[in-house]
Amino acid sequence: MSAATLPGESLYPLLEPLFEQVGKPIQYVGGELNSQVKDWNCGGFGPDGDELTARWTLMYPDAYEVGVPNQGVMILYEVLNERADALAERSYAVWPDMEDLLRAHGLPQFTVDGHRAVRDFDIFGLSFSTELCYTNMLTALDLAGIPFRSQDRVDDDPLVIVGGHAAFNPEPIADFIDAAIVGDGEQAVLMVTDLVTTWKAAGRPGGREGLLRDLARTGGVYVPAFYQVDYLPDGRIKRVVPTEPGVPWRVSKHTVMDLDAWPYPKQPLVPLAESVHERMSVEIFRGCTRGCRFCQAGMITRPVRERSITGIGEMVERGLAATGFEEVGLLSLSSADHSEIADITKGLADRYEGTQTGLSLPSTRVDAFNIDLANELTRNGRRSGLTFAPEGGSERIRKVINKMVTEEDLIKTVAAAYGAGWRQVKLYFMCGLPTETDEDVLQIADLAQRVIETGRQVSGQRDIRCTVSVGGFVPKPHTPFQWCAQLGVEETDARLHQLRDALRADKRYGKAIGFRYHDGQPGIVEGLLSRGDRRVGRVIEAVWRDGGRFDGWSEHFSYERWMRCAGEAFAELPWDIDVAWYTTRERGQAEVLPWDHLDSGLDKEWLWQDWQDALDETEVDDCRWTPCFDCGVCPQMGTDIEVGPTGQKLLPLTVVGSGQPALLERP
Amino acid sequence: MAKRTPDGPEPDPAVQKLRVRYAKRGRLRFSSTRDFQRALERALRRADVPMAFSAGFHPHPKISYANAAPTGTASEAEYFEISVTDRVDPERVRAALDEALPRGLDVLEVVEAGTGALADRLEASQWELVFTGLSVSRAEAAVAALLAQDRHEVTRLFKKGPRTFDVRGAIVSLAASGSEDGSCAILQMVVRHTTPAVRPDDVLTALRAVADFVPPAPPLVTRLAQGPLHPATARVADPLAADRDVDGS
Ligand code: B12
Ligand code: SF4
Repeated sequence: MSAATLPGESLYPLLEPLFEQVGKPIQYVGGELNSQVKDWNCGGFGPDGDELTARWTLMYPDAYEVGVPNQGVMILYEVLNERADALAERSYAVWPDMEDLLRAHGLPQFTVDGHRAVRDFDIFGLSFSTELCYTNMLTALDLAGIPFRSQDRVDDDPLVIVGGHAAFNPEPIADFIDAAIVGDGEQAVLMVTDLVTTWKAAGRPGGREGLLRDLARTGGVYVPAFYQVDYLPDGRIKRVVPTEPGVPWRVSKHTVMDLDAWPYPKQPLVPLAESVHERMSVEIFRGCTRGCRFCQAGMITRPVRERSITGIGEMVERGLAATGFEEVGLLSLSSADHSEIADITKGLADRYEGTQTGLSLPSTRVDAFNIDLANELTRNGRRSGLTFAPEGGSERIRKVINKMVTEEDLIKTVAAAYGAGWRQVKLYFMCGLPTETDEDVLQIADLAQRVIETGRQVSGQRDIRCTVSVGGFVPKPHTPFQWCAQLGVEETDARLHQLRDALRADKRYGKAIGFRYHDGQPGIVEGLLSRGDRRVGRVIEAVWRDGGRFDGWSEHFSYERWMRCAGEAFAELPWDIDVAWYTTRERGQAEVLPWDHLDSGLDKEWLWQDWQDALDETEVDDCRWTPCFDCGVCPQMGTDIEVGPTGQKLLPLTVVGSGQPALLERP
Repeated sequence: MAKRTPDGPEPDPAVQKLRVRYAKRGRLRFSSTRDFQRALERALRRADVPMAFSAGFHPHPKISYANAAPTGTASEAEYFEISVTDRVDPERVRAALDEALPRGLDVLEVVEAGTGALADRLEASQWELVFTGLSVSRAEAAVAALLAQDRHEVTRLFKKGPRTFDVRGAIVSLAASGSEDGSCAILQMVVRHTTPAVRPDDVLTALRAVADFVPPAPPLVTRLAQGPLHPATARVADPLAADRDVDGS
């Protein structure tokens, strides 16, 4: 580094001239409303002059505009900064123009808050919602001056800890990280902070390895270096064993049980730059019990924990006052499922009537109740578009994936929507689901045409629209589909093209039906990374060295590069494995899966049974409303589903506009 | 929550119009016009300013922006106007709005609008360009070379494609000086607002062309003032002076 600065010193004066030369510099300058920069030594010093501050960089390893609205990072940032002896700053992936300039000037990956060097911190925490950000982590490590491999790091290097949904299978990045934490982060980061400050106060016994050992022994922090993976001659995993005393065979996930006790973010960040998610979000519950078999998020966040109606009301009120946002999103995995959602939406709609505050409910439930909610949210406003996610085109495939909605339900719902004045309906589907045939996918076209037909009848108008979006299905760890074969690129594309032709064939619907889909290539790379093991790490590194960055962005993603690098990297290994082996190969019941030693709370036996049920087209009920179907989460974690109803209502408030009298002219 | 339908009640009428001067300082000089607009709308809500809204399906707060400085330049003299549905005390609004905006977007003055359009009063801008590590003599030579010309055209890429326009004609005054410690050279200039607007970087392009003027690093650019151009002194006057007089304050 050409910049000789003290630890924790701001690099802003050195970075500022670079900001002049890059696109959208505002994303690098920080200073967002409700952001903060704490004293580097806020934790003070011990009797022997040891500094005792726990310092975190929290990185969302994608572009600022995608990362800044993420609730996970926002929550952890605030939870950590509330602690007197800890500080947390944020960092995001820099675009290639900035990366080149940083390299040219010998400047490191920096935080946007204090513009401090990431390597100066104790912990480099990365949040992964998707695997396609792995290459961006390597850019950040490289720019930061932190060695790629945990085994090459020294005491001065921060501990690299990952969290977020993708961390539930951290094996493909196992060599690059020091630890992974699965599940909710609120209490976990405080626990880690305690261990860091205690370790510092004790004179840092054992150096960074000593700290990692302390973390691993809690049972809730996975340190890949303390586990050895053995393989069978055919390439499958033989076993994964801990190599250190006191380190658990299986690492457990973290679950925050009482959401009302964790009303974060209290002061949501308000970026100056435009972001992909221009609204304030309030998480109304965690977890999901619908049991859709393809949904990793639904499986790994069990059990359901609701925030109370009053807790939600308070968060909306405080958040709006702190931010001035014009829209509030009621966030969760399936928001219409909150046990008091009708009272919540009505209560909020009443409270904010006439204040130009919008309310949105990202919900994809397919039933009439959902329409009632949507109607409530838009009372006197324009009714533009509603989104539903039947996910599967045929009744049969919907049974396989346990998305329990009949074609009749869907048509009835859609009729209600068009009848209530909605003009556009978006329908989400997946292609490449287990047991799927061309016929299952082609039924999407029939469904869309029935939707338009019904809409025209109900509304008496011709200018109604329906957009069909199809995504490729990628099997994910910790789901009943973790064993299944992914559909290959050619097969996926062929099926999607057939569907496109079918949709275009009938001229009566031509312009009324829009069609959007992603081709199969990114899905295969995501599949490789999702169900990969430690051997996939060398592919990620090779792709990065070949220039791979921002793989979630179609203009940066290169399938050719991934396949070429994977081919070369796997060829050096003693096993006969390749991309297809990781993606389109079906696994057997006895196979040791790379993530088996990370405990999501779900019983593997139950997942296998559910996989068999899927193949038999047998559905399971939602355990929020009907008796337990024994997924294992509740007994295993000593938890219970935490739902209302509380029976309370939101009282009217004069929230927005209450400061006005103070501004008025006084005679 | 409820948005008014176009056939619903009319929005509350505007009863007062305010003119606001603000500064873009420090790191927030990197905010774009759009960034500022979003931040302002949120700040107006946070500060509980009784904004007037347009009618229609998507009511918009009544704000008009004037002539914003480009992304990357700092400014002590940016302006916009807002309309409110209740008579307010301008100074209280200034304090509340300043508090609600991030630091670096600083609200300097709020006055009640008098007659005449603000946009018409913004005839010229005074700019300051600070060049670190540049000698005054280099800057002076370049300035003299440009001022010696009657016309000097530059080409800049606009959204709709490249455009070529005269820079020299818009320059009312241009002078180089040194900072007190001699570490940097400073250009001060007054530029008339023309169409397309001549920006400081256009003047730099012209200086490079006429005198091979290539500073070691991009300068820190600040708009110090914009307003009516005083014909006799060739200086930029305060555009809110007329409103303040009416105000009696
Ligand atoms: C808002 C949102 C978006 C927005 C904003 C993105 C963003 N940065 O948040 C947009 C529209 C851009 C988006 C895009 C995508 N999204 Co999205 N998104 C969401 C949504 C609705 C909310 C995210 C959120 O804020 N969650 C709430 C917070 C509190 O949860 P969290 O982030 O997981 O954080 C907690 C823990 O994971 C943990 N934690 C997180 N990070 C860390 C780090 C450390 C060190 C530690 C210790 C702990 C920790 O602590 C946090 C607090 O408990 C979720 C659904 C949901 N309800 O979660 C989907 C979701 C995360 N998205 C998903 C997907 C697939 C995507 C896309 C890949 C879609 C696509 N095909 O393009 C892209 C990827 C974009 C990207 N590069 O990141 C999936 C992830 C699937 C999965 N395997 O779990 C989800 C779960 C939706 C779903 N039902 O499938 N998304
Ligand atoms: S154990 Fe039963 S009640 Fe608990 S989350 Fe699983 S299915 Fe639901």
